[in-house]
Amino acid sequence: MSYLLAITRREFSSYFASPMASVFILVFLLAIGLTTFSIGNWYEAEQADLSLFFFFHPWVYLFFLPAISMRLWAEERRNGSIELLLTLPIPLSLIILGKFLAAWAVAGLALALSFPIWLTVNYLGSPDNGVILASYVGSLFMAGGYLALGSALSAITRNQIIAFILTVLVCFAFTVAGLPMVLDVFRIFLPDMLTETLASLSFLSHFQAIKSGVIDARDVVFFASVIFIGLTITGVIIDLKKGQGA
Amino acid sequence: MIHAQNLRKTFGDFLAVDDLSLRVERGEVLGFLGPNGAGKSTTMKMLTGYLLPDAGQITIGDVDIAVSPRRAQSLIGYLPEGAPAWPEMTARAFLQFIAQIRKLSGKQADQALSRAITITELQPVLDQPIETLSKGFRRRVGLAQAILHDPAILIMDEPTDGLDPNQKFHVREAIREMAENKAIIISTHILEEVDAICSRAMIIDHGQVVANGTPHSLAAQSMYHGAVTVTLNATHAEPVRLALREWTEVSHFEEMARGDEMSITVFPVATKSTDLLNRIQTQDGWAVNSVSLELGRLDDVFRRLTHSGATSDMGLADQ
Repeated sequence: MSYLLAITRREFSSYFASPMASVFILVFLLAIGLTTFSIGNWYEAEQADLSLFFFFHPWVYLFFLPAISMRLWAEERRNGSIELLLTLPIPLSLIILGKFLAAWAVAGLALALSFPIWLTVNYLGSPDNGVILASYVGSLFMAGGYLALGSALSAITRNQIIAFILTVLVCFAFTVAGLPMVLDVFRIFLPDMLTETLASLSFLSHFQAIKSGVIDARDVVFFASVIFIGLTITGVIIDLKKGQGA
Repeated sequence: MIHAQNLRKTFGDFLAVDDLSLRVERGEVLGFLGPNGAGKSTTMKMLTGYLLPDAGQITIGDVDIAVSPRRAQSLIGYLPEGAPAWPEMTARAFLQFIAQIRKLSGKQADQALSRAITITELQPVLDQPIETLSKGFRRRVGLAQAILHDPAILIMDEPTDGLDPNQKFHVREAIREMAENKAIIISTHILEEVDAICSRAMIIDHGQVVANGTPHSLAAQSMYHGAVTVTLNATHAEPVRLALREWTEVSHFEEMARGDEMSITVFPVATKSTDLLNRIQTQDGWAVNSVSLELGRLDDVFRRLTHSGATSDMGLADQ
């Protein structure tokens, strides 16, 4: 446990050693505010809830979270510290988990800093705070899924930009997998069963269910599974790359 | 303490380490020599558990690293090539993090930090981010993290690379002092370092051990072993040359000029070194500055052993 805490703390503080993470968080908050108020016309909707706010989360996450996860392993490879890290007497699983938790904590902090909109909506009306809480929890789990995928893709390369682009592409695929227009295209050449499987992998549909206010175990298990698989793949990639001397 | 047997490691088609065995006991400092790409760093990466060998076995203390890598790693202090660290951290925060990972806390951690900082003389830069430090200080930060937990085994990849002569001296002193109760492996390109701190040297080439012995025994394999070197002013060299060409004790001689001064290395015919030395020392009329008997040159042995195709006829490997 002390290993995990030490790794997470080191990683978390390294995010804020330069202004980069703060800038990313600021951009996230601006982007989520802009999409909610400007694109979503939140005021004109005249609904005292945050459904519009959460509607845009997956799309803003598509760019914000890869920017957070891109450095997780690519940076370690670039400056050679991966060799130091992996020769310290710490199980690899704890290193991977500790780094992931730090990135997740940054995402959580960004999410928490969106609280003024929650205050605003409570000031303007009487929203269902249970639904809002469920949406926040769902959003946090979804962020974990994106970050775990980002962790695996960051382990592939020493170049953070490549890690960022790959993560955006893969996360985009996982996000849109459940959109009807995408599924319609797949239905042309895939059997229904495979198309349904594809749809079940969509972050959007699982998040949609949670943000309606119902935290269904299946949706939580889905995101937890994505996190577990993403981190497991991270470990496999690190082991494979080690074998190649990278 | 460190025992590696028949290590082999390939990267694709490239054979990096080929049936390499080594043993280092407490109190020994093994100098690992070899040209770039010879397999030094790969071997060190295997010894520290960063890479898994394709074949062979590594025992650290009494721990098989393949069976209990974490236990083995807890016995090792490792300075990887280039002394990597997290550049945004201050030296102090970095060492405190390493102390946590090494399970040092409270007074024990304070003492360990104080000791490592004193040995590596890091005090003036402790609160600076590592990325702002000079190469020499960064190397010392790496060295401090390696020795922080006072490990029984130290493995260091080019520990004095980038240090100025004073820093090199201090680091070598520190290694020498620690050597008494540790098993130490250092890789280096600096052959004088082997003489300065190593109790044994191992030369590897193409992933294989081509020489293994004390620095003196290796140097004695040099063609210069037993030669006599005379230094003198270049203007006084001609009578010496004429005489040497006539002497039956002399096989041949080499000249090297450095400004006005030159050195003449005289190679005796077999087993006549002392005769030759005596005759030169008692020669009247030669205006020589110094006369010395060569014990051998490690760089000569290194060049000949690691020059492609030249390894087989030296017969130095004793493993």
